[in-house]
Order: sequence, then structure tokens, then C-alpha cells
Amino acid sequence: MDIQSIHALLRERFDRLVGELRTPERGDAFIVVAAEGLADVCRFLRDHDATRFDFLRLISTVDRGAQLSSVYHLYSYQHSHSLVLRVDVDRETPRVPSVSSVWASAEWHEREAFDMMGIVYENHPELTRILLPDDWEGYPLRKDYQAPTEYHGLTNA
Amino acid sequence: MADDRKKTPEELFAEAVRDPRDLTRYLHYLKQTKSEGMSVLVAPLDAAINWSRANALWPLTFGLACCAIEMMAVGAAKYDLDRFGAGAFRPTPRQADLMIVAGTVTHKMAPRVKRLFDQMPEPKYVMAMGACTIGGGPYSVHGYHVVKGIDRFLPVDVYVPGCPPRPEALIDALLWLQQKIAQERPLIKRYSKETA
Repeated sequence: MDIQSIHALLRERFDRLVGELRTPERGDAFIVVAAEGLADVCRFLRDHDATRFDFLRLISTVDRGAQLSSVYHLYSYQHSHSLVLRVDVDRETPRVPSVSSVWASAEWHEREAFDMMGIVYENHPELTRILLPDDWEGYPLRKDYQAPTEYHGLTNA
Repeated sequence: MADDRKKTPEELFAEAVRDPRDLTRYLHYLKQTKSEGMSVLVAPLDAAINWSRANALWPLTFGLACCAIEMMAVGAAKYDLDRFGAGAFRPTPRQADLMIVAGTVTHKMAPRVKRLFDQMPEPKYVMAMGACTIGGGPYSVHGYHVVKGIDRFLPVDVYVPGCPPRPEALIDALLWLQQKIAQERPLIKRYSKETA
């Protein structure tokens, strides 16, 4: 199933919650999804006979200035097709519903996205840092990140 | 040109321990000091202690990044660190006396490395293997999470440059460390401390 038909299918089912289909010059085409509809859209994509996205490849994040994006790379072993979804949220209140109830593997992906980019995944069972120490300050992959000058008595310059 | 001056015990000692694997030098030294009527007890014992220490350095088994792969190669059959007595990689710090820090040390990892070092019994030695452990390496500028050199929290004895160092470099570092150990005066130090 190509991304145009998937987009049409989602539009029909979710209406305004599903945004436009974008086909950048380079990279994968993706569908923009509203944050409040994400969990339902993902569950639908996993369970619908025509899509069957049974595998979440990864969750990546983008710092786009005023907005942060959470990007979902899906794959279907049954149909051998893939799909990219993007959720854009406000930088000041980056809250995205967790999809860990749809794909269990999202749990760690979301923890990493929270760790590195500071996106808060709501309804995540345990949203804590996964790579950095728990008491680390800031989110390193944000463009305005300033590395600490000192951590637990060790200088960092 | 021959040196006619009578050598001091320190000079003789340094000569005797130049190569820690060479026991004949040490035996020669023992014979010489005895015939000259010099201090025969403590200094030769020092040499014997150093000889045994330098030739049985048991490293602690752990690796933090790609340097560990080279370290494993040094331990394996082709380069065979056991030829120099340092092939017995110990699974516990209680039995180890050489810490080869092989790989990037992050701020999260540093307290763990420090604790392992603290758990090792004296005398203990530290080798900083690779650019990361010496000064942060490729992470020295933008690596927000990397400790810029392990000598910020560990007493490093030998630095091994390279990214990662070749096996020969690590073997060379071990030989340097053996020479360094050979220069130690463990008993004399203790004796002079007590009498001071």
C-alpha cells in the first residue's frame, strides 16, 4: 500500500486529526499527525487489515526551532511496506501521547527521545532517562543545549 | 670510557634492575654488593619484590569502548600478553593490580571506574589506553558526556596514545610500566619512613 492511499484511508477515518502528506525532495515522505490523535492513529494502523504496521522501527526526534518533532518509522512484515509519521509539538510544552501501549518497543525509544530531546510522552509507564544519569540537566540534542562545565566534581572543559 | 669511580648502591641498583626480566643482572648485583660489604639485605629484597611485581601484573578485565577490542587482541594468541606475565585478566578488582582503562569514560561511568580502582589492593597501576582516556579524544570539544582525561580522577602511570593504539603500543606501555616498577624501592621507602 503506498503512502497516498494510507493518507487517504487515515483522512477518511480520523478527519482533522490527520494533517497533510509531505513529500520532501530528499528523504521519506511522511504524514503529519496531530498529537491528540497519535495513539488512536497508531492503533488503527497496526490493526487495520490493509496496513498492519506490526513493527515500530524507531522513534526519532527533530529540533525545528519553535517546534519539536517526534517521528515514527513504521514497518509491516505482513505487507512489506513502511510509513513515516510526524508529530509536531510546541517547544515550551512538548507533550506527545505515548504509543507504548500499541508497540511495547516504543517504551525505550520514547525514553531515549525524552532523554535526548526532552519530549514528554504522556501515559508512558516509566518515563526516565535511559542513557544519561538521572540527575543530568538539559537535553543534549536540542540546538540550544549548553554542555555542563562541571559534573559531580569533574570539570568538563 | 670506563668509569673508575666507585658506584653507589643506588647506581648499582638502577643498573641491576634496568631490565626487570633479567635475573642475572640482579644476581650479579647481589654478588657485587656482598663483596663490597655494602647494604646487602634491603636493597636486593627490593629488587626481588620489584621483579616479581613487574612480571606478574594481573590486569582487571573490563573494556569501555573500541580500545577494548585491541586490548583483547593483545591478550589473545597472536600478541599474547602472557609472554610478559600480564595475561591473567582477573574478573574481580580484589585480585587485580593493573587497570587498563580501554575506552571512552563518560561522566556516568567515571564513578564506577573509580570504585573499581578503589577496590583494587595496593600496589596498583593504571594505564590510560587510547585518546579518549588521555584527553577526551574525538570527544574533547563537543563530547558533553565524556570525561576529558581519566587523570582527572585516577593516578595514571602510563599513557598509551592511539585511536585505538595498536597492540604493539599496549605491549610497549606494559614494558614501560615494568621499568617504572623496577625503579621502585618499596622496602627502603618503608624503612626510611619509619626511621625518619
